[in-house]
Amino acid sequence: MPDVLEPLQYAFVQRALLAAVLVALVCASVGVFVVLRGLAFLGDAIAHAAFPGVVIAFLMKINIVIGGSIAAVVSALAIGAVARRSGLKEDTAIGVVFSGMFAVGIVLFSSIRTYTGDLLGVLFGDVLGVAADQLVIAGLTAAVVLLMLGLVWRPLVFVSFDPIGAAAAGLNTLRYDTLLLGLIGLAIAVSVQIVGVVLVVAMLVTPAATARLLAQDLRALVVTALVVAVGSSIAGIWLSYYVNAASGGTIVLVATAIFGLVWTGRSVMRSRVAAR
Amino acid sequence: MPAPARVSALPVSEPPVIELRGVRAGYDGRTVIDDVDLTVRRGELIALVGANGAGKSTLLKIIVGLLRPYEGSVNVLGSAPGASARRLAYLPQAETVHWDYPLRVEDVVLMGRVAHAAPGRGPSSSDRSAARTALGRVEAGDLARRPIQALSGGQRQRVLLARTLASDPELMLLDEPATGVDPTTEEHLMAILAELAANGRTILVATHDLAGVMAHFPRVLAMNGGIVADGDASILRDDAILRRTYGGHRTASPQLVADEHHA
Repeated sequence: MPDVLEPLQYAFVQRALLAAVLVALVCASVGVFVVLRGLAFLGDAIAHAAFPGVVIAFLMKINIVIGGSIAAVVSALAIGAVARRSGLKEDTAIGVVFSGMFAVGIVLFSSIRTYTGDLLGVLFGDVLGVAADQLVIAGLTAAVVLLMLGLVWRPLVFVSFDPIGAAAAGLNTLRYDTLLLGLIGLAIAVSVQIVGVVLVVAMLVTPAATARLLAQDLRALVVTALVVAVGSSIAGIWLSYYVNAASGGTIVLVATAIFGLVWTGRSVMRSRVAAR
Repeated sequence: MPAPARVSALPVSEPPVIELRGVRAGYDGRTVIDDVDLTVRRGELIALVGANGAGKSTLLKIIVGLLRPYEGSVNVLGSAPGASARRLAYLPQAETVHWDYPLRVEDVVLMGRVAHAAPGRGPSSSDRSAARTALGRVEAGDLARRPIQALSGGQRQRVLLARTLASDPELMLLDEPATGVDPTTEEHLMAILAELAANGRTILVATHDLAGVMAHFPRVLAMNGGIVADGDASILRDDAILRRTYGGHRTASPQLVADEHHA
């Protein structure tokens, strides 16, 4: 039986845990809206579109979270603009913008011959390599996202639930939708370092989706999503330490397992109730 | 000889609540309503009737400020449409709302107060009491804690109506509030609207319920690509107007429709 607290004696594990919890808090709260509004594909697209920003930041030797944030937010807003102005369906606009951005990232990435290990971390997550300055930037970003979300929570719920009624009540729905896209972009940017471009959408979607199976009201939805997200982040990092696997993968696996258990449990309960 | 006055309307010297002149509007370049002139005074209770696609929702959306007309002038509560959003309340057709959201009835009713709230603030105690009062008004006080997923069609309509009441609006624009409501509840809703109008609120209601209109509405706009007729409920007994409103769709007299409805 391994000592459960053993990994905690290492500073890099402490940083990893702190970073993962920050990411979990941000992603689960933004993820509530991603799940309610059916924006999972958009989230995945923004994550991929952040990639070229990260590569460019790497080449320019600036912080990759900054590069990723800029690319993520720009692509999120670009998707919204293309969908509104081109008359194309939103998922088509998403497909065009995100694959184009990701292609830029791949071309740049493949032109770099050295130090690609760092960038592989961006694709698949490298939470155990989080540096102190990255942690500070992640913390600041998380604070901004949570503060903004707290400020606009009620109107954002109204706009999501009943866009026509909200517009009639004088709320600027376009402004709130754009803000939500920006927050999704920021949430993804802080998460890329932890879980990687490929899996980041799971941080947005899986905890909130698990909560959606259980919750009867918004408070329960948010609290459950936060608990699932933080729980899977801590458990995933602990697991990755022992099995020496990519942290992003283990975190997402734990979250997916929790979703599977909840879903199965709920199905069993329902069939029992139905059998009565 | 004194000019004939509408019973529910207040003195004519007061500026109208709604004034439309020569309005043409629609979607994507297609014209849905044309040549619309309309003056509405404070305290009027007006029904918009007509077939689906006749332009009832389009007219409401123009007044709310959700749709800009191609041509014509619109004045609502003394300003351009949309500028007085906090003084009016709009009840959209129920199917445009996401009823699968994990919300409780009181959460939805409290949305009626969101536009008035400071950023980052939760509902105040006066918001909560306004929501409770509004729910009581539509006799849905016992539903407050109910998840909205579990509501019947009629309960949903009552909740949306309570939301419009919670903002204490001067002008109410209701798009088919009686859809999916049983006749008893509908009768009750119409009585509530009549009482609100008597207290000085101005109310426009798009509806298919001609019997309810005959029973409760002092003024009726018959619509078909514009306003075909504008008068008291007796216009619904006029075969020529009915034909122009419904085309070949409705040949039966409204009395027959009314009997059907309450059967």
